[in-house]
Amino acid sequence: MATSADNSHAERMGSGREAAYSLPDAVGHFGPYGGMFVPETLMHPLDELKQAYERCKSDPEFLSELDADLRDYVGRPSPIYHAERWSREVGGAQIFLKREDLNHTGAHKVNNTIGQALLARRMGKTRIIAETGAGQHGVASATVAARLGLECVVYMGEVDVARQEANVYRMRLLGAEVVAVKSGSRTLKDALNEAMRDWVTNIDNTFYIIGTVAGPHPYPMMVRDFQTVIGREARAQMLERTGRLPDALVACVGGGSNAIGLFYPFLDDADVAIYGVEAGGEGLQTGHHAAPLCAGKPGVLHGNRTYLMEDANGQIIETHSISAGLDYPGVGPEHAWLKDSKRARYDSVTDDEALAAFHHLTRTEGIIPALESSHALAYAHKLAPTMRKDQSILVNLSGRGDKDMHTVASHDGLVL
Amino acid sequence: MSRIAKRFEQLKAQGRTALVPFVTAGDPEPTTTVPLMHAMVTAGADIIELGVPFSDPMADGPVIQRATERALAKGVRLADVLDMVREFRTQDAETPVVLMGYLNPIEIMGYDAFSERARDAGVDGALIVDVPPEEGHDLVATMKAQGLDLVYLLAPTSTQDRIARIGEVASGFVYYVSVKGVTGAANLDAGDVAEHVEAIRRTIALPVGVGFGIKDPETAAKVSKVADAVIVGSAIVSRIEALAERPAEIPATIGDFLSSLRAAIDAA
Repeated sequence: MATSADNSHAERMGSGREAAYSLPDAVGHFGPYGGMFVPETLMHPLDELKQAYERCKSDPEFLSELDADLRDYVGRPSPIYHAERWSREVGGAQIFLKREDLNHTGAHKVNNTIGQALLARRMGKTRIIAETGAGQHGVASATVAARLGLECVVYMGEVDVARQEANVYRMRLLGAEVVAVKSGSRTLKDALNEAMRDWVTNIDNTFYIIGTVAGPHPYPMMVRDFQTVIGREARAQMLERTGRLPDALVACVGGGSNAIGLFYPFLDDADVAIYGVEAGGEGLQTGHHAAPLCAGKPGVLHGNRTYLMEDANGQIIETHSISAGLDYPGVGPEHAWLKDSKRARYDSVTDDEALAAFHHLTRTEGIIPALESSHALAYAHKLAPTMRKDQSILVNLSGRGDKDMHTVASHDGLVL
Repeated sequence: MSRIAKRFEQLKAQGRTALVPFVTAGDPEPTTTVPLMHAMVTAGADIIELGVPFSDPMADGPVIQRATERALAKGVRLADVLDMVREFRTQDAETPVVLMGYLNPIEIMGYDAFSERARDAGVDGALIVDVPPEEGHDLVATMKAQGLDLVYLLAPTSTQDRIARIGEVASGFVYYVSVKGVTGAANLDAGDVAEHVEAIRRTIALPVGVGFGIKDPETAAKVSKVADAVIVGSAIVSRIEALAERPAEIPATIGDFLSSLRAAIDAA
C-alpha cells in the first residue's frame, strides 16, 4: 500500500509525530502520569481494546467510515467564527471561536462517542455503557447507540440526575437506561466508579465509552485522538482565514477532552501559547472549586496517575463548579504532563466570572455558550487586553448553553 | 521466612486449607475491629485481610462500598488502620495480617513511609487492588525491602502471559478472583475455578487463595478442595452491616459464622 496514505492517516489520528512530541509511551505514560491502575480483571480487556484501536486507526475503511459520520451526522467541519463585536468590547486581540456548539447534540462530546461506538461495533460488542455528569456525554453516547442499534446504559450520580432532568429525559427518549448512582458523593466520579464495576462484570459483551481523556490507557490517548479533529480543522481554518497561526489557544478543562482536542495539533508550534482554564468555583482560596491542576496534587484515581483534589490522607474530596461538566476531582494525565513540562499554562476562573462571560457573549454575538465553555471565554476576556489588536486568540466554544437555562435562571433568581 | 509463608507451611503439614476472612477496618466503629480480629482467629481464621477505607472503591460491590463509607464517616484512615494492627499484635504475634485497598492513600503517605510504618505495626503484606505488576515496580521494591509480601490478584481474564508476569513479582500467596465482577458478586462456578487454579499452579509455585462469591459453608467446602486458601469478604461484611447499630454483638456473630465455614472446610 502507499505509505504516504498510511502516514497521513497516522498523522490524522494524532500519531506520526516521531520528531517531536510523541506521548504516551507504549504503556500509556505521559511522563510520570497516566498508566493503567486497574484491577487485574481489566488488564487483558484493556490490552484487547488497545490492539483493536491500533488496528482501526490505520485502517482506511474505518477512517473513511468515521469521516463520513463526522461530516454527515455530526455536521463537521465546524466553522471558526471571528467574534468581532465581542473582541471590540473586550479590547485587544481578535477572538475567534471554534464552533463545537454547532455539532449534533450540541457539544464536542459526539466526536469521541462516534469513534468509540464504531470501534465497539468492530469489536463485536452489543452493549455500551457510559458515565455522565451534566448528561452531555450520556446524551452523545445514547445518540450513537440508538443509531447503531446498540444497548446503552448510562451511569449518572443521583445528585446529577436530580439537577439535569432534561438530559435524563433525552437519554431515555433515545432508548438508553439511565442508572442513578447512590454511592459516595453521588456525582460524576461515583458514576465513573459504577461504570467500571459494570464493565468488570459484563466484560464479554460490553464496551465502555469513557467521555473524557482520563481513565486507564488507552483511553486518554484514544479519546484525544478522536477529539483532535477539533484542532486539525481549526489550525487549517486559521491559516486560511488569517494567513497565520493564532497567538494563543484557550479551552476549558474538566477532564480535558475538548482542550486536548484543540491543543494537540498545535503542541509543536512553539509560538502558539496554550491556556487551559479550570473551574475556580467560589474561588481557589475557599476550597470550593474543581481545579486540580491549579490547587491539587498528584495521585491515582480512575485508572491513571494525575493531579487530584484530595485530602491529606489521599481521600478524594468533593468538588464544586457552577458547570456540571467541569465538576470532577481529576483531570486527564496528558494535561498533568503539559502543566509540568510548561508547554501549556493552567489557570482558573470563578463561577461569577464564567457567568459574566456567558451573558457578555450572548448579548454581543447572539451565541449562548455552555457554562463549561464560558470559563474559556472568561479567561480570553482577561487575556485579550494584554495583547495587541493584530494578534489573535482561538477559543474552543466546546458546547452550546441550551442545557444551562435552568442553572443560569436560578442564579438570576428566576424559576423557569 | 515471612509470617505468611510460615503459616501456609504449617497448614500444608496439617493438610488443611486456610480460611481468610476480610473485614473493612473501622466498620462500623473504630473500636470494633481489634476485638473482631481476635474473635476471628479464635473461630479458625488463619490469615486476616483488613480493608483500608478509600473514597472511591471501584473494584468493590455495594456491601463493601457501604462498609467503606461507614468507616470513612468515623474518620478511619490508613494511619488508623496501622494503629489497629499494632494493637492486634500486642496479643497475637502469629496470625498474618494483609492490608487490602487502593493505591492513593499509600501514594500520599509515600511508599517508603508506608512500608516502614506497616512493618513496624506488624503488617505482613498488602494487596493493592489497582496496582497491576506493570505499575507496581517501585512499590514492590520498597515493600520487599521491608520484608512485606505483595499479594496480587489473578482473574478469569488473566492470560498465561499475565499469570507468568504476576508470578515473577507476587509473594506470600496469589488471590484468584473467581468471577468476573466486583466483590460480593454472583456465586462462583466450582468447576471453572478448579480449572483456572490448576492453570495458575502450573506457572506459580505460591499458595493460591480463591475469593469473590464465597457466601456459605457449602461453597467454602467446594473451593477448599482446589485452593490453598478460602477468602470470604462480603458475606462477613453484610453480617457486620446488619449489626451496625449493635456493634457489641459483632465478634460473637462473625465468630459463629467463621466456625461454620471452618467446620465445612475441615470436613471437605
